[in-house]
Parts: sequence; C-alpha cells; structure tokens
Amino acid sequence: MTIHTQSVSQLSEGLRRKAFSSLELTKLFLERIEASQSVLNALITITREQALESARAADRKRAAGDAAPLTGVPIVHKDIFCTEAVRTTCGSRMLENFVSPYDATVVARLKAAGTVMLGKANMDEFAMGSSNETSWFGAVRNPWNTDLVPGGSSGGSAVTVAARLAPAATATDTGGSIRQPAALCGVTGVKPTYGRVSRYGMIAFASSLDQGGIIAATAQDAALLLQAMAGFDPNDSTSVDLPVPDYASGLDAPLAGLKIGLLKEFFDKGLDPQNERRIREALAVYEKLGATLREVSLPNLPLSVAAYYVVAPAECSSNLARFDGVRFGYRCENPKDLTDLYKRSRGEGFGAEVKRRIMTGTYVLSAGYYDAYYLKAQKVRQLIAADFVRAFNEVDVLIGPTTPTPAFPIGAKTSDPITMYLNDIYTIGANLAGLPAMSIPCGFVEGLPVGLQIVAPQFGEQRMLNVAHLFQRETDWHTKIPEAYK
Amino acid sequence: MKWETVIGLEIHAQLSTKSKIFSGSATAYGAPPNAQANLVDLGYPGVLPVLNGEAVRMAVKFGLAIGARIARQSVFARKNYFYPDLPKGYQISQYELPVVGNGAIEVVLDDGTRKRIGVTRAHLEEDAGKSLHEGLPGVSGIDLNRAGTPLIEIVSEPDMRSAKEAIAYMKKVHTLVRYLEICDGNMQEGSFRCDANVSVREQGAEKFGTRAEIKNLNSFRFVEKAIHYEVARQIELIESGGKVVQETRLYDPDKGETRPMRSKEEANDYRYFPDPDLLPLEVTESFIEGVRAQLPELPDQKAARFASEYGLSGYDAGVLTASRELADYYEEVARAVPGEAKLAANWVMGELSAALNKENLDVTAGKLPAQALAGLLRRIADQTISGKIAKEVFEAMWASGAPADAVIQEKGLRQITDSAAIGQAIDAVMAKNPEQLAQYRGGKDKLFGFFVGQVMKATQGKANPAQLNELLKKKLAG
Repeated sequence: MTIHTQSVSQLSEGLRRKAFSSLELTKLFLERIEASQSVLNALITITREQALESARAADRKRAAGDAAPLTGVPIVHKDIFCTEAVRTTCGSRMLENFVSPYDATVVARLKAAGTVMLGKANMDEFAMGSSNETSWFGAVRNPWNTDLVPGGSSGGSAVTVAARLAPAATATDTGGSIRQPAALCGVTGVKPTYGRVSRYGMIAFASSLDQGGIIAATAQDAALLLQAMAGFDPNDSTSVDLPVPDYASGLDAPLAGLKIGLLKEFFDKGLDPQNERRIREALAVYEKLGATLREVSLPNLPLSVAAYYVVAPAECSSNLARFDGVRFGYRCENPKDLTDLYKRSRGEGFGAEVKRRIMTGTYVLSAGYYDAYYLKAQKVRQLIAADFVRAFNEVDVLIGPTTPTPAFPIGAKTSDPITMYLNDIYTIGANLAGLPAMSIPCGFVEGLPVGLQIVAPQFGEQRMLNVAHLFQRETDWHTKIPEAYK
Repeated sequence: MKWETVIGLEIHAQLSTKSKIFSGSATAYGAPPNAQANLVDLGYPGVLPVLNGEAVRMAVKFGLAIGARIARQSVFARKNYFYPDLPKGYQISQYELPVVGNGAIEVVLDDGTRKRIGVTRAHLEEDAGKSLHEGLPGVSGIDLNRAGTPLIEIVSEPDMRSAKEAIAYMKKVHTLVRYLEICDGNMQEGSFRCDANVSVREQGAEKFGTRAEIKNLNSFRFVEKAIHYEVARQIELIESGGKVVQETRLYDPDKGETRPMRSKEEANDYRYFPDPDLLPLEVTESFIEGVRAQLPELPDQKAARFASEYGLSGYDAGVLTASRELADYYEEVARAVPGEAKLAANWVMGELSAALNKENLDVTAGKLPAQALAGLLRRIADQTISGKIAKEVFEAMWASGAPADAVIQEKGLRQITDSAAIGQAIDAVMAKNPEQLAQYRGGKDKLFGFFVGQVMKATQGKANPAQLNELLKKKLAG
C-alpha cells in the first residue's frame, strides 16, 4: 500500500506499528513537495532541515515509548500562522523577510501534539482572496487541472492535501477561506465555531470573523487534528472557555432521525445545475442513512456578501495599520520623512487587493459614513445570526453547496472583484454568525471536485464531523486523488 | 464688555498597576528604552490584547469615589491613526460606552464656597509610547516602555469658570486618585496630566463660545498659566473682530504661550469602532460591591470627621486632608497628645509644613516622625516650655533628629514656673530700672511690655508667660 495516500489515522497507526518511521514519512512528503513546487507552488517556505530534525526527535520519542497519536505525523501550516524562527509571510511582500519570534497557539499545540512541520503553505495575500492569485509568491495551481485556481485564501493548504504533499494542513477561514478551496480541490475542510480555536499568532485579517481550522483528506483526520488545536487560550480574549469534546468518539453515531435543513437561499439561480445535481445525490445518501430533509429559509442571508464586504474590510483597515515600515516588515528605500516612509512602505509592500480592502474599510468607518455602512452591516449580521438560530430550532444541521461552481481558470475573475467576491456567497453566512461549517467532497463535474457544505449550531463540531464522517463511510469521493499525484 | 470663561478638563491618570493594560509587561518608570515592551506592546503580527483586571478594579474604584454610575457593560474601541509611538496604528480606548459615567466632584474655593464640578465620564485606555529626539541626530527614536500603560481619562463637564476653579478641581482629582491608591500622581513623570478645553462667552450668554483644546499640561502652574494666556488671547481676538476657531493648541512652558498644534484640514478622523479582539467588559454587581468594600475614607469624609472629631475649622480640615499621608501624620500627632488637636493642627500646617517646603520634602520622607512632633507638643501642653521656646526646640529637632526632651534638657530650656524664682527676677529688674518704674507708676502703662521683655531676657525666655504677667502686674502696682 502506498504511504502518501494514507490518512492521518492510517499514518498514525503505521508509525505505531513501526511500519515506517517519522523520518521516512517526512522525507517522503518533503520530496513530494519539492517535486511539485514548480507546478503547484503550494508552499512559500519549505523547512526541510527543521522538519528532518523534528522527525528524528519524534522517532526518539516513539522509541522511548512516549508517543502520542500525532507524534511524527508531518503537516503543513498556512503561512498566516506565526512560527518561531521560520519566516511568516502571510503571502505578502510586506512580510517577505519577517521571522516571527514566537509560535502561534495553533502551531504550539500541534507541535506539542508531536506533529512535524514540513513548511508554510501559500495563500492569498493577508488571506484576502478566493483564488490564491493575490499571493506575492505567485498563484497556486489546482492539481485537478493546473490551468485552474485552487480557491482561496487557503489555496496552498487545500492543494497540499489534494496532491498528498502532506496528509493535513492548517488553514483559516474568514469568509470561506477553508471551505471554498477544500471544495475546489476535493478535500475536507473544517472551519470551527468562532472562538473554538485560538487566534493568537494567526495574523489578523478580520478579527471578528477569522477562525483557524484544518484541511485534511477525511472528516476523521480533521477531528483528530482539531482535537489538538481546539480549546481556550488565555492569550486570546475571544477564545471560548468551554471543554473540548472528544471529536473522534462521536464520529460513528447513527444518523437515523437527523433533521437536515436545506437552505432555500443556497439553491438559487446562481448555483451551477451540475453542481446542484451532485448536492442532491449527496442528500439522497443522507436519506438512505435515515436522515430527513426539510427546506428552511434564512430571509436575511442574501445580504451576507454585502454585510461581509463592509465588516471585513473595516476590521482589516485597522488590523493592517501596524504594517507601517517602522518596527518590522517591508520598509521603502530612503524615506525622506515619516509620511513618505508610511506611504511608500505600505504602497510598495501591499498588493492591489489588500489596498482595495484597506481603502474600502477606511471609507466605511469614516465620520459620516460609519452609521450607514459599518453600523448597518453589524445589524444585518445580527439578523443573519438570528436567522440561523431560528433555523437550528427546526433542524440539526444545514447542508448545501459550498460554492456555486467548480474551480475556474486562473485569471478569469481577477479583473472583476465583485464576481470574485460572489464565490463566497454560500460560505460567508457561517462566518457572520460564528458557526462551525465544513466542506467535504461529494462528486465531480467534468473532472472537477464539488464540495458539500455542512453547517452546525455553535460548538456543534462533534455532530458536524459525525455527519461528514458517515457520508465518507458511504462514499469514496474523499479518496480521489488527481492522476499526477496518485 | 464683560467676558465669562468656560473650562472643561480632560485629566489623564496613569493607573499604578504592576503590568500593562493589555499585556504582561512591567509599567515601572525609568527603565532603559524599550526594555519594558513585549510583542503585544510592539504590535507584532498575530498578537492579541488581554485586559488587565486590576485596571478595571481601579477605574471602578474611581467611579465609586465620585458617586458615578458604573456601566455593567462597557466597550473597548479602536481609535485609528498613524504615529510611530502608536505601534498598532490604533489606540485601544473606550468611546461610546465608558466604564464610568456621570459623577461629580466638589471643590472648595479660596473664599470657602463649595462648587460641584460634573464628571461626564471616565474611561479606560492605553497610553502611547514616546518619541525621543535628544542625542539622536538626524533620526527619531521610539521608546515603547509607556505604550500600553493603563490610563483613566477623566472628562469633566464645562463647569469651571476660572483658572482658579480649574486648579481646585484638578488638585481635588489629584488628591482623590492618590487616596484611592490608583495613581501615583507624579506629574513630572507624566503619571498625571491634563488637557484643558477653554472658551469665553459674553457674561450672561447661554451658548458656549468656540473652544480650543490645550494639550500637554503637566503641572498645576502650567494649567493656570495656559488658561490665563488662552483666555486673554481669545478675548483679544474677539474684541478685535476675529473669531475663535476650534482647534488643538499646545502649551509652550518656555514661552508661556499656546499655539496651534495642527490645522483643521489635518485633523484626524479616528474611525472609532468596537475592538473585535476584546469582548465587551462586563462588571458584575458583586464585583462593584467588592470594590466598594475596599474604598478608603475619602478626602471629604475625612475632612468632615476631622472637623467634628478634632474641632478643626473647615479650612484646616481641608488643608490637613489634602493628602492621605499628611492626614495620617496629623492624626497620629493629634492622637498622641489628647486634647491638643488644634495645637497639633497649627504645628503641622505651620512649622512642619514650612520646614518641609523649605527642603522640598514630603511628609512621608520621615524627617520628623509624627511621634517626635507629638513629643514636642506634649511639652507645650504641660507647660514645660512656652510656644516661643518650642519653635527653637523644633529647629534643633529638625536639624539633629533628637527628641524634644533631649533638646530641652541639653539646652536648659525648661520653663520657669516657680513663682519665687520669677518673683526674684522681677525684683531684680525693678531694682535696675527705677526710672521706668517711676514712669509706669506715674501712669505710663505702655511700659508694662518693657518689663516683660526685661524679665524674659533675664530668664532667657524661660519664664512662664502667664505667671510672669500676673506677678509682674502685682509687683509693679507696688
């Protein structure tokens, strides 16, 4: 049996049985990364030496009988998570040479759990994008068709798993940045409840929406990794001090009697008919498992893209103010005075999409516009959250498409930001309401993967993973790998 | 035309927490530049603020002390602007919903009248760092030790009508924060500073005039001078046909003038919005009651108690309670010499305060402990020495640190209370001055003072004055 196609759970078992060592695994995946880089460009930084070193340490630990389930399992971190002594670019020229002096909480926890970091995944600049084309380090390509985008902003993480360059990768989701690329690349991506995973050390885009999560091949793997990542962090005031349930233990709970809500607003005219067919087929699988389907409506959901593109830029305009060329990051050559230093460092250090959002955000927060834009968007946000609460009074989970269409060609939407923004139309609602949501593969349209989105009530990760896992027990879409990476 | 001055103050008091408001860095003053700035203070990518509960406790303490409403829920907002000493590009402050709202402070003016000054709000915020220019030719240095130090900004109503009232209010706030032990009040180090909003209007007018905000006032004297300057400037401007513009002005203590800091076109739009990194601050009833239970006796309460318990005038009680340390000192002296509270008050406000001022010392410096002063007062009370001699003893005690009794003993300053001895001295003086005696007895009463002086001289001032008076009168009368 080939090693690189195995899931995290299988690799963990193999390490335990000493079928292979962590060093062997690490070398194998490093070679796959290095071989794929010129085509896929999935990583920004490859940490070969550190990876080999931690793999050896993991093997010693295992030999000493001191191993945990994830000890020696190689993973990749999205380059938005700060990693001590390794550069953290956030996909931006602004941080091209920034070496973080500390580990993000997610990184520290996965390190403590024994994982081996292979490198840092490519991403849209400051996580702003839905196609991974805004990265200063070049676009990432979709392994199912390298003319196409992998989705974004966690495009590098999704491609890493899709091409089995690593069995799992961390990711972040502000408006769909985990689920949309997971859908477009045919992998499993989990965005937890806002506050479930610490944001400390995760470079902020829109603080009230950002949430760290995981991309893996299966729901079971995602559960295993999320278990290590989740939990209260005293360094993040918005992380929630609630016990983390044992996600793995609930995976096989039967679905008989499960009430699935179909969001009327998700099956709209924007949804590609072929995509819709795959979703309907997936729903049939759930009916077979004993679940019942019911249509529900979130009347305010159509306002979500508009609300999001006010709230997220507003927060980003403030969050990105710290990149001023003074203490770290890009600084322009020979500034003639302070204003020049600010203007040129930021002008040269940030890309077009980031600047567009900073300007939008600055505008909506300006005196005289605040009430009309920011305050109104926050009210819409509350209405949407209330819509979800009402829906969850009737159903256990909501299921629908993750994206309107499969992956699109590189360059197809870059000239029209609005079209690009509409790619997140189905995913943004969960961020605005702070809900856990995930995407799992549910078939193909013309050789391209289609994602099925599952949204659960707050802190309903266990049920959500269970719903995803049972689908994966019945189907094999999640085991499909692009031909070139089998 | 008669003009009325209208003043409102914004006082910034640094809270004396051990660590910063949103990070674990120390807040001690005077460390080498940037030695007390961690990744949170430096605004590094990915870091997040975590609120220091002690800062909240102190803000609530202040609110309770001024009888203000404590908000059960308040919100931290971001005030966005670019400046090198502001690492995140925004200051975390409270904007729409401050933790302390709507209280009042009563001040006593020079003429003894009392005036209530409204406090609109007091909110928590973080201090910025400092730009350094000295010794750095061609560049500016940034010291972020102060960045993130907790502040409460205390915003008054425009209730003050003169620089004197403004100073009285500011001093009262200064007294209060030190009583509460929430701020060290050190103005040189910038722990307590103030911006003044100043406007003028025609006497009797209802509408306020256009105000100027004067920044950077870090001493009581500067506040007074800046207000005087600004009021004169505005009146002159209006009377010569000009108009006051709303602007921020900086006080220059060297030139004693205010000048515009930035023009209106450059004014910042701070784009306030609630900080998504911090949850709304919830203050529970039980937390508030816990803080209330820790409140010390406040200056006004203490002054009232001093007046009734020690029979002091309102003025004396006010002076003695101006600082908690002085009040404690006074009270220790007064308790050590029962029945002599007024004497104790006179000495603490008189000789002691003068001596402290002269050497620029604080009562806490311990130069003359309360018990030592009490030792001296006890000897006045039991008539071992007169008040006049006591001043001499005080000076010796101040210089040498010796106890009163030792000084009296060593210098032989014990008062003569033996009537026979005083009588003998009087007899000798009368014998020596027959001419004056004759004149006195001839009706020149004024010479009585001359005889007192002569006897005192003969006894080196040690004769008990009351006894001397009585005996002298008798003997002179023949």
